[in-house]
Amino acid sequence: MKNEAIKVLQKKKKTILETWMKFQLADEGLREDLMSNEDLRVQSEELLNTFVDNLKDESIDDPKNSDFEPVVDILTGISISRAKQGYSPRETGTFVFSLKDALLNVLQTEIKDPQELYMQSLKISKIIDSFGVSTFETFIKGREEVILRQTDEITEISTPVIRVWDGILALPIIGTLDSSRTQVVMESLLQEIVESGSSIAILDISGVPAVDSLVAQHLIKTVSATRLMGAECIISGIRPEIAQTVVHLGIDLSHVTTKASLASALKTAFALLQLQVVKKQKVAAISEN
Amino acid sequence: MTITREVDVIPFRNRLKEYAVKVGMSLVNQTKIITAASELARNMLKYAGGGNAVIEVISKGRENGIKLIFIDKGPGIPDVKLAMKDGFSTGKSLGLGLPGTKRLVSEFDIQSEVGKGTTVTVIKWKNG
Ligand SMILES: Nc1ncnc2c1ncn2[C@@H]1O[C@H](COP(=O)(O)OP(=O)(O)OP(=O)(O)O)[C@@H](O)[C@H]1O
Ligand SMILES: [Mg+2]
Repeated sequence: MKNEAIKVLQKKKKTILETWMKFQLADEGLREDLMSNEDLRVQSEELLNTFVDNLKDESIDDPKNSDFEPVVDILTGISISRAKQGYSPRETGTFVFSLKDALLNVLQTEIKDPQELYMQSLKISKIIDSFGVSTFETFIKGREEVILRQTDEITEISTPVIRVWDGILALPIIGTLDSSRTQVVMESLLQEIVESGSSIAILDISGVPAVDSLVAQHLIKTVSATRLMGAECIISGIRPEIAQTVVHLGIDLSHVTTKASLASALKTAFALLQLQVVKKQKVAAISEN
Repeated sequence: MTITREVDVIPFRNRLKEYAVKVGMSLVNQTKIITAASELARNMLKYAGGGNAVIEVISKGRENGIKLIFIDKGPGIPDVKLAMKDGFSTGKSLGLGLPGTKRLVSEFDIQSEVGKGTTVTVIKWKNG
């Protein structure tokens, strides 16, 4: 014998969909800017059909039942795409929970016995709540993906190579220097050395919060790679606290030219290129000559 | 905090920085403990595939400090004495992580059992 609620829900699918749509369209969180009402309807109908069709005597008591896998799959898809489209968690949550309202609504009009109504409502509630939780889980996963992608983008754009002078490149590094970041830094630096024909590169680490053995190793590698390209590499922006930490760690940076500030690195670079920066003499003094 | 990926280290370090500032550590000591934490977190990632890191604010008499515990269930270290030597590395690295960390902190303890995992506990006193 089929469970009373299952019979009702399967018979009244149309009514449920209409009620659910009504709830969704009436909600002030409706995002017509992100999805047309027709699309929303298609999405809702697919979810509802899959849910009701997979509702079995065994699964109605067990929200984690494998019968619901197709439903969870659909929800996962919806949730991830909504996270990427920029829906808020509340809007996504409302989508799932307004289905509960619609389902309970129909149960209430169809099941007359109060005891039975209570029992069935509780079961349906539990199932939808469980859907809600998994929706949030995947929603957050979707957001995390967005964040990871942005992190990648930030890595790309936050490593500008600046041509400060003919033959001199400067590369300010801001933030943590991890392996992937180093890779990007190194690539863009070496590329720029080739393109600009520069012979000196200044790596400024004023914006790097800490230099541990890995960061140090990355720096040393970058310096060696620059040298292989026939250019000299100066590391500048070594703050006092960084210097002390590096010494305690036991990292040997003696083979690397290091300077406290970008200015002194630039001075060294000028000296290497045998350039001299002099204050302009007064016009009068020049014309006297 | 669980640390299972390289990106998990950044929020962990930021949290630690907040604590270090709250305790009133000097910039040098902040940098030292953050660097130490970053070494230990990376070892955990590299050799044990991740683990757990705990930050605690502690006090002894009038001195405040920060205690960090790194627990992993990785392969463990067969010869801890050797691993603590400058330049010893099984990972083709500088081999400075453990000995360097010991020099950066006030107190250092390492417990490791092959096949069970490794726990490293360090303390940095505010003025230590
Ligand atoms: N959590 C751990 N689990 C298992 N083995 C570890 C762990 N931490 C360190 N080791 C072992 O101890 C050795 C020394 O570690 P240490 O951090 O001093 O050097 P490293 O990580 O090899 O190099 P570096 O930290 O300088 O980049 C490692 O090569 C590794 O074999
Ligand atoms: Mg290490």
